[in-house]
Amino acid sequence: MYGKGLRALSISTVVAMTVALGLVFFYAPLEAEQGFLQKIFYVHVPLAIVSLSGFVIGGLLAIAHLRTRDPRWDMRSYVAIHMSLIFGLATLITGSIWAKGSWGHWWVWNEPTLVSFLIVFLLYATYQPLRFAIEDPERQSRYASVFAVTAGAFVPLNFIAVRASTAYLHPRVLGSTSNLPGSMALTFVVSLAAIALLFATLCKYELTAKHTRAQVRALRRRLGGEARPSPRGRSAAPAAPPAGIAAPAPGGAP
Amino acid sequence: MTGRLIAAAPALPLHTAGKYVAGAFVVLFALVLVYLAIMAIRLSRIERELGELLELSERPDSGAGAGAAIRTVTRESTPAYPIEGHPPLQGAGK
Repeated sequence: MYGKGLRALSISTVVAMTVALGLVFFYAPLEAEQGFLQKIFYVHVPLAIVSLSGFVIGGLLAIAHLRTRDPRWDMRSYVAIHMSLIFGLATLITGSIWAKGSWGHWWVWNEPTLVSFLIVFLLYATYQPLRFAIEDPERQSRYASVFAVTAGAFVPLNFIAVRASTAYLHPRVLGSTSNLPGSMALTFVVSLAAIALLFATLCKYELTAKHTRAQVRALRRRLGGEARPSPRGRSAAPAAPPAGIAAPAPGGAP
Repeated sequence: MTGRLIAAAPALPLHTAGKYVAGAFVVLFALVLVYLAIMAIRLSRIERELGELLELSERPDSGAGAGAAIRTVTRESTPAYPIEGHPPLQGAGK
């Protein structure tokens, strides 16, 4: 049951987001150099951290899938990567807005942090087409898991490589939080928690929706009196086995 | 209350960086709103499908197997409450 705890998680997210917004606009002081523009970092940096963490989590869940062959792990990995891509897109857009305000350009190609994040984003943008290209659900989930593990390992390596580079045009937030005033550090941590909660809630909504849809499909098969399940059609999303309903006959798409 | 909050807030330089900050936060909220819209569409589709299945289960020729399937799923996944216009399912909520 993916829906368990969804209400509490949703309420926590709304409360955390409200508190974070209140802190950003009414508590955190204006930064000396960037002024009001620096407020973007309370949304941009947490989005980037949560997005990259989501990619790594997707890889860890894919390891669990490869070890157990349980399709539920594949579904969780798929949802984590899917949601991280959306958060990654938001990171790129908010980052571009900040760059325009601060540097006067929407994008700077010689800045390693920006380009490396774009590379990671584009790498994961191939995840869904990869899944869609493979028709057999079992092979699709296996190949997608191998991709998620490999790409998931690339994310921290990429992060370390960028950190090790010497060009420091991009402002550093992580690693210099000890230099932040207490009020700014608190606002940043609360914002990070709020975005992480938003990520977890949206993932749970997605999993619950997919699970419910799978249950409805299985029920339709039973009531329709079909001896074999009808073909699901090609889809990038993994087929979730509905809990409480018997597994479909071998050979048919679930 | 709102007036007091605004008065207590630091002076916001909305004429310079304000549009960029507003843009960044609007992106986040647009993301959540688009997701909510997608979920609403999905929910309405599931609701419609469930309505069709309910109709299917009430057909006289639907057979005992269909009824058994309904009972199994109800016990596993949905709360047993009477749906308006339909009698409660046998065995539901036990």
